[in-house]
Amino acid sequence: MNTELLLQLIVNGLIVGTLYGVVAMCFVLIYKSTRVVNFAQGEFLLIGAWTCWWLLMKFELPFWFGFPLTLAFMVIFGIALQVIVLRPMIGEPIISVIMVTIGLSIFFQALMGLLFGHETKTYPQVFETSSVNILGMQVESAYILSMVISLLVMIAFYYFFKYSKMGLAMRATAFDQQVAQSLGISVKSVFAASWAISAVVSALAGIVIGMVNGVSSALSFFGIKVFPVVILGGLDSIVGAVVGGLIIGVLENVAEFADSQWLHIGNLYVIAPFYALVIILMVKPYGLFGTKDIERI
Amino acid sequence: MSLGSSMRPCGDFRTTYASDMTIFATPVTRYLAIAFIIALLFVPLFGSPYMLNLMIQIGYYGIAALGLNLVVGFTGQISLGHSAFFGFGAFASAWLNNAFGVPVFFAIPLAGCLTMLIGLFVGIPAGRIKGLYLAIATLASQFILEDFFARANWFTGGSAGAMAEYLTIFGYTFDTDQSYFYVVLFYVVLMFTFTSNLIRSRDGRALIAVRDHYLSAEIMGINLTWYRVMSFGLSALYAGIGGALFGHYLGFVSVEGFTIILSIQFLAMIIIGGLGSIYGTILGVIFMVLLPEVMEWSVHLFSASMPELIQSLAYIKEMAIGLAIILFLIFEPEGLAHRWQRIKTYWKLYPFSY
Repeated sequence: MNTELLLQLIVNGLIVGTLYGVVAMCFVLIYKSTRVVNFAQGEFLLIGAWTCWWLLMKFELPFWFGFPLTLAFMVIFGIALQVIVLRPMIGEPIISVIMVTIGLSIFFQALMGLLFGHETKTYPQVFETSSVNILGMQVESAYILSMVISLLVMIAFYYFFKYSKMGLAMRATAFDQQVAQSLGISVKSVFAASWAISAVVSALAGIVIGMVNGVSSALSFFGIKVFPVVILGGLDSIVGAVVGGLIIGVLENVAEFADSQWLHIGNLYVIAPFYALVIILMVKPYGLFGTKDIERI
Repeated sequence: MSLGSSMRPCGDFRTTYASDMTIFATPVTRYLAIAFIIALLFVPLFGSPYMLNLMIQIGYYGIAALGLNLVVGFTGQISLGHSAFFGFGAFASAWLNNAFGVPVFFAIPLAGCLTMLIGLFVGIPAGRIKGLYLAIATLASQFILEDFFARANWFTGGSAGAMAEYLTIFGYTFDTDQSYFYVVLFYVVLMFTFTSNLIRSRDGRALIAVRDHYLSAEIMGINLTWYRVMSFGLSALYAGIGGALFGHYLGFVSVEGFTIILSIQFLAMIIIGGLGSIYGTILGVIFMVLLPEVMEWSVHLFSASMPELIQSLAYIKEMAIGLAIILFLIFEPEGLAHRWQRIKTYWKLYPFSY
């Protein structure tokens, strides 16, 4: 057994896992406050990454200017999406809401393909890359950077929900919409804000991944990968999203290790999270931290 | 629910349960439906190959979409993995024919039954979870089955794909569009008649009860788990037959064809057509089959001024699908079947629309 490879893969898993955690957090944020399952989460990453790439390459903006500009665009994009598409869907059955986000996902994926083609494109060099030696393992500095950014985002989320007025309003809305409304919270703006925040943070994750791996339509697969993560963690738990992200990230890489060492099935890396997903749904449908639905007649 | 229920003439009241449960509300609609099917019999004599090809597509997609409508529209469960069943049917039929020499005539229904077993298996989570969680579970089953297709060389031929023989009965081979049209038409009529009758039966009403209020349904003595799992099995049966017809039409089944996009297209068909409407299903399928064609025509129309459009045709088609789903859900969530009813009511009351 190759211990060094296993350790290396587990470290990779933790790094990818934090990114899964960030995307899953965005997903949970939307689900928690608006009860919409967002199948277009992966497209947020894609749109963010392509917009930033376009600003940097076409207009040759410096990164410190293009990056905030992208985030500002994503705020407007998220709000517009909520107001134009999702607001008319309030009160519609669950299948309609799911389908509308699936429609958005197809539409934006094709739109990005139309505008930017299907080849992988790389960002201009923003930070110099080198490998860092941690505990005898070579880890690329870009990965370290992405992990640090992810952790910063998570901490920011924590403080936002704990201490800011908007964060408190969002938690109140998630807890009970009617009570929140009666206390003077504008549920409309909470809905718009949650989509905006989700879009911005997803775009941030998209740019980070794009800088490491290049931008391509493969980014939108993160939106599918997020399902095993949120189901494992519980659909409405932010902590669960982070923990689930780490577990699924490591699981993927351990599956890869088992595959290459003993099983030789191939492609287990991609499919293992979905087997895990089915098992979790059968055994513990509300995940590790999710709240159970109690139905009254 | 029944065909043309709003076409009922004024003063035509039902006095028995039997007459309330007829498939066609009035004799006129019944004769019209029969006349329509007879008219379809003559289409191969006059239709162009292009038109026949489209109609055959509408046929096999229609059967599969009807199955999906049974599980989504009538039972209220969400299935995001329908194209995997469709693909399984196509491979199963080709496999039965290639590996065991089962004649294609028997392989098509047998493939449907095999797919039904897979559907029952995939449907097991439906006994335990529902709504959103079920949607995600079926999404997982879609990826798992897709992975299985790519892996199982003995079954699908792996990346090379599987050859599917043409259908042969008593030495006559259905290898042209003209002849195959009748095969598809036969199955379409069979499956749609079967569904119309199923919905009128005890089992069909149980499915609708599960959709409308599952707790009340359970209190009334309907076995919730059984009907949920059964609806998945049934939908897979339809998808399997549709897929088998698809395979034997093209003569070749490739592993790449049955992605999540096709599943979404199936869902789009029934949402655009109308959830829980049998003839709406066909309207939705016609819409979704014609939409890419219309996009192609319009792109060719504009290609003189913008030649780069031709290269991005695939993206434009996909965008049109996404946009159609969004616009229908916002502006006509009840689907084309509902729109059709409203047009009929409008003309019935014309010019006094109030």
